[in-house]
Amino acid sequence: MKATLTEKIMARAANRDSVKPGENIWINVDILLTHDVCGPGTIGVFERELGENAQVWDRNKVVIIPDHYIFTADEKAHRNINILRDFVKRQNLPYYYDPGTRDYQGVCHVALPQLGHVRPGEVIFGTDSHTCTHGALGAFATGIGNTDAGFVLGTGKLLVKVPETLRFNLTGSLPQGVTAKDIILRIIGDIGVDGANYCAMEFLGEAVTSLSIEERMTICNMAIEAGGKNGIMNPDEKALEYVRKRTDKPFEPLFADADAPVAAEYNYDVSEFEPCVAAPHLPSNYKPASQCQDIKIDRAYIGSCTGGKIEDFIMAAQILKGRKVKVPTFLVPATVEVAEGLLTEKVGGKALVEVFAAAECEDIAPPSCAACLGGPIDTFGRTSGNEVVISTTNRNFIGRMGSKDSQIYLASPFTAAASAVNGYISDPRAFFAANI
Amino acid sequence: MSSISEPIRGRVYVLEDNIDTDLIIPAEYLNLVPTIPEEYHKLGSYAMAGLPVSFPPFTDKETGKTPYAIMIAGRNFGCGSSREHAPICLGAAGVKAVVAQSYARIFFRNAIATGEVYPLESTERLCDIFKTGDEAEIAADLSTIKDSGGTVHQLKPVGAVAPVIEAGGIFGYARKTGMIGN
Repeated sequence: MKATLTEKIMARAANRDSVKPGENIWINVDILLTHDVCGPGTIGVFERELGENAQVWDRNKVVIIPDHYIFTADEKAHRNINILRDFVKRQNLPYYYDPGTRDYQGVCHVALPQLGHVRPGEVIFGTDSHTCTHGALGAFATGIGNTDAGFVLGTGKLLVKVPETLRFNLTGSLPQGVTAKDIILRIIGDIGVDGANYCAMEFLGEAVTSLSIEERMTICNMAIEAGGKNGIMNPDEKALEYVRKRTDKPFEPLFADADAPVAAEYNYDVSEFEPCVAAPHLPSNYKPASQCQDIKIDRAYIGSCTGGKIEDFIMAAQILKGRKVKVPTFLVPATVEVAEGLLTEKVGGKALVEVFAAAECEDIAPPSCAACLGGPIDTFGRTSGNEVVISTTNRNFIGRMGSKDSQIYLASPFTAAASAVNGYISDPRAFFAANI
Repeated sequence: MSSISEPIRGRVYVLEDNIDTDLIIPAEYLNLVPTIPEEYHKLGSYAMAGLPVSFPPFTDKETGKTPYAIMIAGRNFGCGSSREHAPICLGAAGVKAVVAQSYARIFFRNAIATGEVYPLESTERLCDIFKTGDEAEIAADLSTIKDSGGTVHQLKPVGAVAPVIEAGGIFGYARKTGMIGN
């Protein structure tokens, strides 16, 4: 029987030959991911329901990556890290990445694949809505709350509904200056912030396979902004190689049948796509960047699980090289590996850190979620007034980056950097025409 | 069909489409841990703190509770984050049920898994019919909501999640069905 990739993974995780959309089934979990914001509550639920001496179902399948409120004076944030430390010690968990030590990583959704915890064909639940990122490597991955996570922690299983699948066939090749971020913002603009509610978003086609792994992650990462349960892509040789480099653990990839029955199918030729923004206050407010060039910005922000990977910084540097920014430009590498890449990766013969310093960006912050979601008052880059921000992050809801009065335009690293240079929202293609 | 012991009566707070989790509970309050009792109550006092100041206050500053037992909304209520703090802060503030045209998946699931609020779906766009402060009554079988003029509006059947609602959440359901021990 023909099946989508999500259906195949769920069937295997339920020890069944096949599953149908709409069925409620118990599935076995391969990885449970949590962090400092939802980990303490998850542990609280686990111990309240199963007892203080309860043991996690499999210590090798629990991954705890603190990343949200790390560089803050907030006492409760520190207390929460200590709750995680205490639990990790009592449960003897091997995969904990402690802030303030050499184990610290940064943003969980960039760190999880970098550390080899994302493997094709597996089931990943995380206490964060952007867990859908990991579908880029052919895993079923979705966000859950503390109570469901507490249940998984104790049992290794979860009751889930098999989602219907929306298939996106992406053909053609992206024009210069147009990125994965522009692809997903365009799709969300077309289908709306609830256009994929409860559904799997399966991305297939040559325009997907020609993307790098990090760019694929950008697309799957924002499936949730269309309401998607998960984003998912076939794990091709590029994906398998990425995973094999990072883990010795065995895995068995599964692949979508391109002609499996789906709830809806969308066909896009990405060679027609252009640089865009999502205007305040919804990720679906799609506008071509070229039509927003009268909008003055107060700051630019490059960071987060969506737009803080090394390739995002390379894109920004390609624009910023030899230029200066007109507005404060905040750079937050997602992980320690990305931060190290800023020292070693070069654009035009110069390390990225030098490019950004010469462009007069703000001093680069240590890796964390930082102002992507506002956070405690002292968070780096957090808005405090009516700032207009162009940002490579994922959400532009009212108050998302701190202040209810600020306006957030979501964009690609190219568009964010080009806008920082001009002080107005800008179409980065003009910079390519000028032979960057 | 699911049912609860008695009807839910109270005043309604009315919102429109795409009420996101940053409006329901802004991220600066996510340092609070819902399973710590005093922080659970504190979360309740911050329910809907992300709404612009032009909206009527949702909670009473002194008690930290809301005078609105029922939230009425349009489409895609609870979109955004997986933060369970969202349904929890509503429940902690004293909201019993949300009645929306549709829900973002994770909010719906968290509401059911925690048993904090009933996420009910309307068949009509009730946010155009009800006004904040109106009295309303949700039937004990969760099939209808009656407005202050006495008109009865149908709600959608809760469907496959009814047994989980009746068991009070995912742990109760798993115990009832023998998935985990008592």
